[in-house]
Amino acid sequence: MVVKFDIQNLNAWFGSKHVLKNINMKIEENTVTAIMGPSGCGKTTFLRCLNRMHELTPGARVSGKVIFNGVDIYDKSVDPVMVRRKIGMVFQKPNPFPMMSIYDNVAIGLKLSGVRDKSVLDAAVKRSLELANLWDEVKDELHKSGASLSGGQQQRLCIARALAVEPEVLLMDEPCSALDPISTAKIEELIRKLAEDYTIIIVTHNVQQAARVSDFTAFLYFGELIEYGPTRQVFENPQNELTERYITGKFG
Amino acid sequence: MDYHRFRFVKDYFMRILIYLALISALIPLFSILYEVFVRGASTINMDFFIKPTPTVGEVGGGVANAIQGTLITIGLASLMGVPIGLMSGIFLSEYSESKLSMAIRFLHDVLNGIPSIVIGVFAYTLITRSIGFSVTAAAFALAVIMIPIVTRTTEEALKLVPMSIREAAIALGIPRWKVTMTIVLSSAKKTIVTGIMLSIARIAGESAPVLVTMGFWRWWFSGLNRPVANLALNVFIFAMSPFKNWVTLAWGSALILILMILIISVAARTLLIKGWHYGG
Repeated sequence: MVVKFDIQNLNAWFGSKHVLKNINMKIEENTVTAIMGPSGCGKTTFLRCLNRMHELTPGARVSGKVIFNGVDIYDKSVDPVMVRRKIGMVFQKPNPFPMMSIYDNVAIGLKLSGVRDKSVLDAAVKRSLELANLWDEVKDELHKSGASLSGGQQQRLCIARALAVEPEVLLMDEPCSALDPISTAKIEELIRKLAEDYTIIIVTHNVQQAARVSDFTAFLYFGELIEYGPTRQVFENPQNELTERYITGKFG
Repeated sequence: MDYHRFRFVKDYFMRILIYLALISALIPLFSILYEVFVRGASTINMDFFIKPTPTVGEVGGGVANAIQGTLITIGLASLMGVPIGLMSGIFLSEYSESKLSMAIRFLHDVLNGIPSIVIGVFAYTLITRSIGFSVTAAAFALAVIMIPIVTRTTEEALKLVPMSIREAAIALGIPRWKVTMTIVLSSAKKTIVTGIMLSIARIAGESAPVLVTMGFWRWWFSGLNRPVANLALNVFIFAMSPFKNWVTLAWGSALILILMILIISVAARTLLIKGWHYGG
């Protein structure tokens, strides 16, 4: 087992509000880890701490270590831009760049980091769209606006966009919460496929989804990590009573 | 039954009041436009567009030099004012939480409220006194008038770009400044261009700051340290002159100026309607 993330004493605040309390967690390479918990428990904040997006919010603060590939991403010598390059993110609401074509949406990350060669860009766009299971649906209309796609297609476009810059990790913040069941199924299938080559951390408020897609599950409650382990164990034999009550729908 | 009738009468009465208010607001506008079009149109011929200001007593002549001068002046003013306005607008929108930006926003509001003649005197002191009455000084004064307008519209346009677009780009590992200069700016470009055009329309009609910094000039452009002719100033100088020929040209200048501003404004509005949401 290779540890991708070693999270040590992670704390996060919004102003004076303490939203993550002393999280310690190790995340394995090429697995799917689901973060579940009731609304407002800090799931999204936790995810945003892993690629240094949290600090973009005015008044936000972080302490502790997030060791990624052996390096603490909060070390002063680390450039957050490089962190985000390695650790991609997919958001809750599909957010393709509305004024760009499908092609440009996928290529923009590479273009803005200096890739000019058309054949390299073409290959990257094709590869990423194929990985995101979207190529067959859009290959004849790459010049069309990204906003013209359906919600589920837009979300897969966002996944392709994140994959195009060749990250090692994909953080997904409730990627299906704005989608219909069929689109959700497609994304979940995609998550399992991508887990062969990528480490995936997915935030979900949907307990069934955590059970369906993940290898490991973490349960967060009011900013504390209540339980973390192999998904099967967490669901079949939860160690904490709160976890049991949450997954059986007693609260949430 | 009576109550119904009373309501009906009240509604009718108020509606008439509103129409009356509308008409009284439109009367001055249309009478000005009508007068300028009727009187101006008769002066416009080929000479009007290709000949410079006639000397006193000369027959005919045109305002070609003033059209050239006005374009040069607003072009120069835009070169100075637009980049500064754009950059301050970007700063205010993208770094709006800082105390500095609150101060800058306040100062822009103050600047926006300063009468243009005062800005003219400011430019006179700063530029005209050192290099003389010149197109540079006039353009500087007009640029100062443009800056708060461009800044405000840029800020408002950028604020319409949803945060999720910025976050998506930042999460791709693109540096913040690049995200702002490419993705955010291009999402808002139509609204920003509209703001710039409206600010140009505004300065094209300014006469007071031009009078103070550059003065009246009858000839063609002959260097950045010398004055140029100006349509707005033509209206002022020609109309007050005792020469019939010049008075006629004043009407023509007024018409051309109004048409120029009308075209810029209509083009800007059209752009704005087409690009109303931040998307392309």
